[in-house]
Formats: sequence, C-alpha cells, structure tokens
Amino acid sequence: MEKRINWKDYGSLFGLVGIGLAMGLLSDRFLSLGNLVNIARQVSINAIIAMGMTLVVITGGIDLSVGSLVALSGCAGILSMAATGSDGLGLAAGLAVGSGAGLVTGLFVAYCGIPPFIATLAMLTVARGGALVMTAGQPIVRFDSPYRWIGEGNLLGVPAPILIMALVLGLTYFLLRRTPLGSYIYATGGNEEAARLSGIKVARVKSFVYLLSGLYCGIGGMVLAARLGSAQPNTGEGFELDAIAAVVLGGTSLMGGKGKLWGTMVGVFIIGVLNNGFNLLNVSPFFQLIAKGCVIILAVLLDQALKR
Amino acid sequence: MSECPSGGPGPESRPAPALEMRGIVKAYPGVLALDGVDFDLLPGEVHGLVGENGAGKSTLLKILSGAIQADGGQVLVDGRPVSIAGPRGSQELGIAVIYQEFSLVPQLDVAQNIFLGLESRVGSGLVLDRGRMRREARGVLDQLRCDLDPRRVVAGLSVAEKQFVEIARALARRSRIVLMDEPSAPLSDKDVGALFDTIRTLKAGGVTIVYVSHRMEELFEITDRLSVLRDGRLVGTRATAGTGMAEVVRMMVGREISEHYPKERRPPGEAILELANVGGFEGIPLVVRRSEVVGLAGLVGAGRTELARRAFGADPRRFERVTWKGSPARPGSPAEAIGMGIGMVPEDRKEQGLVLGMSLRENVTLPILDRLFRGYGMDRAGQRRIAGEQVRRLGIQTPSIEQAVLRLSGGNQQKVVLAKWLARECELLILDEPTRGIDVGAKLEMYTIMNELTRQGKAVLMISSDLPELIAMSDRIYVMRDQRILAEYPGGSADQETIMTCIAREGA
Repeated sequence: MEKRINWKDYGSLFGLVGIGLAMGLLSDRFLSLGNLVNIARQVSINAIIAMGMTLVVITGGIDLSVGSLVALSGCAGILSMAATGSDGLGLAAGLAVGSGAGLVTGLFVAYCGIPPFIATLAMLTVARGGALVMTAGQPIVRFDSPYRWIGEGNLLGVPAPILIMALVLGLTYFLLRRTPLGSYIYATGGNEEAARLSGIKVARVKSFVYLLSGLYCGIGGMVLAARLGSAQPNTGEGFELDAIAAVVLGGTSLMGGKGKLWGTMVGVFIIGVLNNGFNLLNVSPFFQLIAKGCVIILAVLLDQALKR
Repeated sequence: MSECPSGGPGPESRPAPALEMRGIVKAYPGVLALDGVDFDLLPGEVHGLVGENGAGKSTLLKILSGAIQADGGQVLVDGRPVSIAGPRGSQELGIAVIYQEFSLVPQLDVAQNIFLGLESRVGSGLVLDRGRMRREARGVLDQLRCDLDPRRVVAGLSVAEKQFVEIARALARRSRIVLMDEPSAPLSDKDVGALFDTIRTLKAGGVTIVYVSHRMEELFEITDRLSVLRDGRLVGTRATAGTGMAEVVRMMVGREISEHYPKERRPPGEAILELANVGGFEGIPLVVRRSEVVGLAGLVGAGRTELARRAFGADPRRFERVTWKGSPARPGSPAEAIGMGIGMVPEDRKEQGLVLGMSLRENVTLPILDRLFRGYGMDRAGQRRIAGEQVRRLGIQTPSIEQAVLRLSGGNQQKVVLAKWLARECELLILDEPTRGIDVGAKLEMYTIMNELTRQGKAVLMISSDLPELIAMSDRIYVMRDQRILAEYPGGSADQETIMTCIAREGA
C-alpha cells in the first residue's frame, strides 16, 4: 500500500552486513558456504529463544528464565525418554515442561501483578534447581536414539536445527502479524489500559506470551540435548543475555509496544557472526565477551542516532 | 456575554501585584491549552483557581513552576518581566508548587527533605550537619505551627503530614508564592481544617497562595479572590466575598447557548440500560432508552466517570449490577460489556482510548479483530475497508489509514476512538467528555454522529462538563453530586441556572 521503505529502520541490517564484510576481509574462511551454514546452525537455538523473548518484550515484559527453562525442559525430556522408552513422548514432555513453567510465570505476572523481572528471576532459580534435582546434578546421556536427528540430522543438506528455526520463525511471524492475538500483543505493550478498554483480555495475552516463551525454550532445550546427545542441568546459563541482546539489537523497545521479528533475527545473527568470526580469528574468548558488549552499545547508539 | 475582568477594588487602590501573567499562550498539537490568559496575584492573598479538567489550570501551574514554557505572553514578578526557563528559575523567583503527587524522598527524614538541595545552607555542604538541619527544620515547622518531629522518616508519615513537609520545604526556600494543586483532595475533613490554619499562617506572613480546587465550599471558605478558567481562557476574577457559588459554576460550565446544536429529537424506544442504587445509594435510578441521548451533569469528582466505568466493567472487582435489555447483568470486564453491546469513549483519549504508536487502521479495528480473522490470517482487505469507511464517515483528516494516531490532531484522535465503537456497532455508547479539547468543527461532527446513532435506535450516555452542550444534545439529564444521582431534568428545555444550582449544592 502506501509503505515507503525507510532505510533508517534497517540500521541493524547494515550493521550485520558491515560486520560480515569485515570478518570476510579478515578471514578467508568466513564467507565460505560451509561456514555460513555453520553460523546459521550455531545461532538456531538462540534464535528460537529470542523469538519468544521478542513477544514477551513487545508486551512490555522480560523473561530472564529462558536459560534455566532450556536446561529444565531438556532434562525433563531426556529423562522421560529413558523412563518411557519413547523418543516421541520424551520430546512432548520436554515441550510441555517448558510451556508449563512459562505459563506459571505468566499467570503470576498477569494475574498477581508481580513485575516480570521478579517473576522470571524467581523462575530462573526454581527451574535451575528443578533441573539439578531431577538429574541429581549429573548429565543424562542418551546417545544412539532417533531423536538426535533434530540436533544432528539434515534434510537435503540443510541441518535440522536450521529447519526448526525457520519453522518457528514462520509460525511466530504468522501469529504476530496475521492473527488478532498478534495485534493484541502489540496493543497490550503499547497501551495496556486502552487495550483493556477495547475489550482485549490483556491478562490472557500476557500469560500467553510467557507460555510461548517457555514452549520455545522447550524446543531449544530439546534441540540442544539432541545435538549434545545428553541433557545437562547446567546448560543454558547466560542464554537470557544473548536473547535479550538480540531483541535489543533488533530494535525492539524494552518499553513495549514496538518490535519486529526480523529485527530480532538480525540481532541473533550479529551475535552469531561475532562469535564465529572471533573464533576463526583466534580471538581469546575472554576478549570476545568485552567486544560483544561494546558492539551492543555501539549498535544501539547507531540506531538511536539514525532515528533522530 | 461580557464578563467584568476583575472584581474587588479598582486598580488605583490595590497594592502592586506580586505576580502578573499577561496574554499567556500555550499550544499543544491540536489544542490551545491557554489562549491569552491574564492573571494577577496580590501579595498575601489566597487566590482560588477553578475550572473543569482541561480548562488550563495545570498548564498554568506548569508554566509558573518552569516545567513547561509558554509560547507567548509575559510573566512579571514585582512588576519586572521575568522568564521562567526551568524549575530552578521558578524557585529563584520565590515560586513553589505543591502538587498532588508529593515530591518527597520517602527514605529520608523530615529535616533532610525540607533542606533537600539546600544542604549547604545548613552545614558545610560536604557533610550533613544533621543536628543543625533538625534545629532549622524545627524552626520552619514552628513557623507553620506544626509539631511534626523533624527526625521522622517521611515514608512513615500520613498524607497530611507529608503535605506539611512539602509546605515547610517551600517555606525553607523562602518562597513568596505557593501554588497548591488540589491540596485538600487526599485529606480528611479534620486535616483540611489544619491545612486551612496553615494557609492562614502563611498568609499572615505575607505569602501569596494559589489554591486550585474543585471543591466549592473550600474555595469559598479560604480564598480572597477566585479566577475561573474555561477552555484555556480566563473567564473572570471575582472577590470571593459577594460572589455566589452558582455564579462561579456558571462561569465554569455555563455559557450562552449561542452555538448551533443540530439536535434531532425522536421518540425513545424501550429501556436498554437500567441502574438502580447508583454508587450504593438509594435514589433515582438511571435509565437509558433506545434512540435517546442521556446526559450526566455534575462537577469533576461527582462520580460521573466512576459510574460510566462501572457500567462498562472497567474497574476490576467493582461491578455494577445493571439491567440490560430487561434482564440482570453484571459486566465484570470491558470484554464482557462489549460482548453485551456496550462501547465507551473514555475520558482521556491518549491514556485510555488509543494505542498511540499504532496506526489508525489498527486502532479502529482493535475491538473487532476477532471478527476479521479468517483461518489463513487476518482479513487485511476487510480491515482496510472498515478503517477507510470510518475515515470517510467521520471526516478524519489523515494522510493515510496507516498513519500513527500519535501524529493526528486531538479532534481527529477523538474521532478514531469513536470510530472503534462505530465499527463495532454497539447498541449503547458511553461518551465521557467526548468534545473536550477538540475544535468546533470536530464537535459538530461528534453531534452529527450522535444523531445518526439515535436514528438507528441506538442509545448514548454522555458525560460532559460543557453544560450548554449537555442540555442541547441530551433528551434527559441526570445531575450527580457526591456519587449520587440527585435529580433528573428533561433536556433541551432545561434551564441552565436550575441545573447549576443543583450541581453546586446551593439551596440543597
């Protein structure tokens, strides 16, 4: 319709391309097809989690519990596989545990008025504790089993985690842009009172986004376990920071009401490209942390400068 | 009507004003908040400032406090022109504002709060001299005849005590002009008495006080003069003694019915909404019939908005038992009320009516999105068609339906809020101050839509502080005061003075 392309909206995309080209100049291996596919596979779990995070952040909330939920659902899933002998039931259990934990957080946020920061911080420690309790602190190995396809397999040469990421992206995009619920998510974050007075059940909307974030952690947790061939109760620490960083790099406002999925995907890839490129260049992992933080600040400054 | 610009003695016999405002203008996008206001304060007087919400009182206070700058006009202090560039500049001129929301630091004690930002005056400026600070605070509180202990932490104080601390703070800054915004609103009757004693003490010390309030009795008890604002203009200033409440109310809400109201009258249909025991009181039940516009008159705080919000299920856990189309109902949430067929254009379009960052299309269709969903996705074409229809029907001026409502003028924003409910085809539409802060043309279009609705057999419940508008556009009018419905009048022919007397409690 009357949509003009506003290049100022694409600051983060230019940033990604710029970083990519710089890495390409510094390392001849970086721009090879094999490496690019590798990057996409490496970022897939963060991408899935960050998409749920984007929805939560658009409602004006935040989900700090994602890393712990990845561990909790992964452990619950693999343990269920061992207990039932069925990979399918185990996968379902992993997703159910992630969704259930997310729903609990969401109910506290939506119906008890607990600030999202607090509610999800509490879930962060509860879920981590739960994962440690159910595994007695030990990794649960499940090596030769068909479920590992979702982490290791590929279809026509495309690694399964990338396919799953694409599927989640497609479904989330449909939900956000093509259903009333998607509009309610934006409206709740944009002006909760106006949304409520328009007949939107904002408490349900809020509960739902935390449930979905939990479900996506469940998916991420199962993919990660499949990739490693084991569920680790200590996995996923710091995932929330990468997910939030990706959301912010993608231009989603932490105040709520604004945000785009593709922006988050660009943010996910900025982080992935930095990690991958630094590794190819043999940059010390300690220094990488510093560089990542600086890039985040620079990217947001650039974004603000462009929008002014 | 020509209002006499000021009451009391003529200019020759008056002392020089402590503060004067001349031709103050302040515009916000789409609204002229202050339109050439002349206003003066005499030294040592208590000056009441009244007007309905949106009349411009808070804009005026904000200009004096330096929170915002006027677009035009002049402020003079002691006859000298000054520019109030910011809060600091305002303080240096000896002006202090006491807002309804206190600006105290809860974790600090009374003395620290009184001297916040002035530490160097009661000590070295590097290390707090708490003993001296407390002694000086004691002195300030004594001036106010207040026996509050300066060592108490503010978080543990009552509302009235916090207000004392705010006033003491103004005094410690040697403020000569203290502006109080609805100071009595959070206080009990007993505390209001204490506040008045404090005001009299300040006045005796030569301090000028501006007292903003909606409560007529208080204004008549404490003020020396009263200024009335309406629609960004100063209607007039009167000496309180010798002025009647009804006259002030008339200045606030009344106006000669000179404008053209295109009211169409038609025979009412069956009752659609009935409310008994409004606000928990026995009294006149509220009835709204099809093809009828029912007006709710009253001052701010009379309970009109509360009544409307409860009928719409907007206040959680405060249900109103209503009779809807003859059967009992109890809307527990706006979603339920909307499901029944009720829509509401709320009082504050920006805070309650619109998601400002969203486009016109998205805002208009927000209440009907569930109907626009097809299995494969949203019916975008339908959404655009509905938004486009409403833009044409209401004459909304916008470059496109994709425009963020943030960028529309006030009148057009209000039309978008209305469009939401027209798109939903509600059977009863509640309009809370639908024409506040919008231009004459947009008002007229609002009235036309009301006619259109009643022609379709729909009902309208309208709250308005613009009495001529309410009288002209309503078929019947209920007057509210203190959360009760006190009287019912026919619209159109009703006499302004009668209704105003009822609103103002005079003769009750």
